[in-house]
Amino acid sequence: MNVEACLKRDYVRILANNNERADSRKFDEHRQIEIQKSYVSDKAEGSALVKLGNTSVLVGIKMDTGEPFPDRPQEGVMMVTAELRPGASPYFETGPPREEAVELARVVDRGIRESKAIDLGKLFIEEGKVWMAFIDIHVLDDGGNLIDTAGIAAITALLNSRMPKYEDGVVVRGEWNGKLPVSRTPIPCTFVKIGDKILLDPTTDEEYAMDARLTIATTDTLNAMQKGGTGTFTKNEIQRMVDMAFEKGGEIRKLVE
Amino acid sequence: MKEEVRLIGENGLRLDGRKVDELRPIKMEVGVLKRAEGSAYLEWGKNKVIVAVYGPREAHPMRIRDPTKAIIRCYYNMAAFSVEDRKRPGPDRRSVEISKVISDAFESVVLTEKYPNSAIDVFIEILQADAGTRCAGLTCATLALVDAGIPMKDLIAACAAGKVDGEIVLDLMKDEDNLGEADLPVAASPRNNEISLLQLDGNLTKEEFNKALELATKGVLEICEMQKEALMKKYKK
Repeated sequence: MNVEACLKRDYVRILANNNERADSRKFDEHRQIEIQKSYVSDKAEGSALVKLGNTSVLVGIKMDTGEPFPDRPQEGVMMVTAELRPGASPYFETGPPREEAVELARVVDRGIRESKAIDLGKLFIEEGKVWMAFIDIHVLDDGGNLIDTAGIAAITALLNSRMPKYEDGVVVRGEWNGKLPVSRTPIPCTFVKIGDKILLDPTTDEEYAMDARLTIATTDTLNAMQKGGTGTFTKNEIQRMVDMAFEKGGEIRKLVE
Repeated sequence: MKEEVRLIGENGLRLDGRKVDELRPIKMEVGVLKRAEGSAYLEWGKNKVIVAVYGPREAHPMRIRDPTKAIIRCYYNMAAFSVEDRKRPGPDRRSVEISKVISDAFESVVLTEKYPNSAIDVFIEILQADAGTRCAGLTCATLALVDAGIPMKDLIAACAAGKVDGEIVLDLMKDEDNLGEADLPVAASPRNNEISLLQLDGNLTKEEFNKALELATKGVLEICEMQKEALMKKYKK
């Protein structure tokens, strides 16, 4: 158990009840965001390091060729995986991904997939052969709200990805030819509910003190949602968060694009 | 190419003859297994689900214990033969995620604080799948938890709404799920109508989302009535 966060739990909840946060942010305010495009650009097709407050996530894009899914023979394949590296938090362990990492990867995946951000139709090579885009999330530092940080890093990395050179049926590594076709910019916004208050962009302490969590990924429409945590939301609260997700997501989108 | 398929006919009816706000036929039975402490069986359209509950019992390994409350562990598992292309047995990323969101949803109603250091294990077996299995699994698990005598604040049920041929519809079946534009599974409890599970994938405007949320919660309430009936049938003497 996270002893430190457990001790801070009541403190965070009392603050929230008084409409305050430990870092004196407003409830609908993101932490400071820092985006570094093409952070590791020599080997990977694309990458981005995003810092949201104390949270730091690196996403790298690798392209390879492979077989399409049988039900979508004309389309490329995208896959998102996430690793919570032990260096990012004393509570992360080595070994295969646990449910937290699986959820992180799948929520980021849904935002990108459902908004059709990557034009998978353009990743077709020939009968039985398509491009596969691997989006790997590497969590470097967990200061809370991994989903938004990873989601922003993933779409930033995709927007800045190159296509490897493809000649005579093989991928030529280290040489590139054009850009990865990306046409939309889905941005996730995560909220937590503490008591009857709704807070955007939670820190680890706020995540520990929360009752429930909701992530909403938007473009100009709603593309993905994921509720987490053991508490509940009213319909009214959900509608308020949807409005905020459109507004705050739009602000982040400008930084990314 | 696939756009040619019409999911809602001229008469406003869907492929299986349902109206846009109509649920598939649902059948529930409580107490179907002998060894488990609680169990239930549910048929929802072509979905067939069986749930077994054990506990509260000792939580293993030790380090997962919570000295303030019981932990709820739901295991959502699809049988290899439950879908058209054989599913490789064992947990995959999808089932890990579904198990997590269902476990979280139950924490909102089960009185876990009564059983510190223990575990309540819920095994959800999808025997046949035809879209909406997480909703079916959660709905069935509620019955099994009640059957096991686990104290709860309220019932909990789930139902999806979605967008098909540009219309918001209740309870997607397989073709609608595959070819439709959005899927929004929702779980709620009847007394306070608060939402304990919510996922979305697809493409919805704000107005469409509000309409879908309203429709899904209406479906949830209908299903809760069926749960009550099924429980009464077993326990009313």
